Amino acid sequence: MNIDSIKNGIVLDHITAGRGMDIYKSLELDQLDCSVAIIKNVKSSKMGKKDIIKISDNFEVNFDVLGYIDPEITVCVIENGKVESKHKVELPKMIKNIAKCKNPRCITSVEQEIDHIFKLTDRENQVYRCIYCESKLKKN
Amino acid sequence: MRHLIDPMDLSVEDIDRLLDRADDIAENPEKYQEVCKHKKLATLFFEPSTRTRLSFEAAMLELGGSVLGFSSADSSSASKGESVADTARVVACYADIIAMRHPKEGAPYVASQFVDIPIINAGDGGHNHPTQTLTDLLTIRREKGRLNNFTIGFCGDLKFGRTVHSLIKALSRYENINYIMISPEELQIPEYLKKDVFEKKGILFRQVQKMEDVMPELDVIYMTRVQRERFFNEADYIRLKDSYILDTDKLKTAKKDLSILHPLPRVNEISVKVDKDPRACYFKQTLNGKHVRMALIMDLLGVSADEH
Repeated sequence: MNIDSIKNGIVLDHITAGRGMDIYKSLELDQLDCSVAIIKNVKSSKMGKKDIIKISDNFEVNFDVLGYIDPEITVCVIENGKVESKHKVELPKMIKNIAKCKNPRCITSVEQEIDHIFKLTDRENQVYRCIYCESKLKKN
Repeated sequence: MRHLIDPMDLSVEDIDRLLDRADDIAENPEKYQEVCKHKKLATLFFEPSTRTRLSFEAAMLELGGSVLGFSSADSSSASKGESVADTARVVACYADIIAMRHPKEGAPYVASQFVDIPIINAGDGGHNHPTQTLTDLLTIRREKGRLNNFTIGFCGDLKFGRTVHSLIKALSRYENINYIMISPEELQIPEYLKKDVFEKKGILFRQVQKMEDVMPELDVIYMTRVQRERFFNEADYIRLKDSYILDTDKLKTAKKDLSILHPLPRVNEISVKVDKDPRACYFKQTLNGKHVRMALIMDLLGVSADEH
């Protein structure tokens, strides 16, 4: 299967296989006018298999979203057909309005205007807790 | 410290300072009777809690201040759909400090993000109740003379009881405390406390089902209510319920200097006959609650007895 290389844009590489669609939805890539390719289950010597997303336009990537969903991702910025820079993402210390608190007793369950904010409380086990009620965030 | 939202906001030094001042307030109340003159405490109680509200109001009045507020959401703008943030911002124009009780977890924290005046969490759902924790710490220190080197038994509903969870977290920073958890299997302390507090800090604890088995070992017993509806089946409730009622018989094997604590209200988990026992501390605990709230209000308002 051939997918054209892009001249200018972003490549999200080393996505854990199966998480490509989650990234696509969370970054709201469906809102873009440019070409977007999701390539699933690409063979990888390091990961066995991986997903890749190619975006054929400059796009401000939300690193917090990527870091929260999949901290293994590499963001490659492509300019004039060449890799201009590579960036590793990492687990963000705080995430805002990326996930919702599911605790029905949390103040966020009744006050719609409040930002849903979670803090990384255990990096090793990737545990995030709601800053209001301290409930553990369960990843989908 | 600008606000008090979570008991863990308090450092050991903060706790020592507050408890020392609470002791001085108890010994020399006249020194403090005007320290908050012209200051106003707003008690915003979005759910009723007469005991806590009166304790806060009595605390402020004894410091020479005034109080205003509401005692249920029905009598506030929340019934018209106003947000916690807006209510806090409006009240901050009228008062110098706010004590907030709210059925939703995190509501006082939200308020604290929008105002410049101190917010005290007076209980947010089943989450935190830091002034109860301060009350419990003050009571233990007054009764034992220390906050280390003792054996404490927590008895009853240890799964849902927020006062138990907060007190365990606060005590975990002090040395050489033996913890004995007395509860039916269904109501044992939650996993996160075992992992995040006990295991992380290498603190040993025991879990038993009957208080009779451990009574002679205890220096402090912290009683909580076991509610019938928490049990999975009626047979277990009937089998175990008496094990969680403290009566004069069970106290026969207890130490002479045991301290019996209870956050109140009590239903039947401590027999009224125990009230006459000098080891019963739960009404003194209530008085301690007022003293420590006085100390806290002064601390957050930045006033001292020396200025007056």
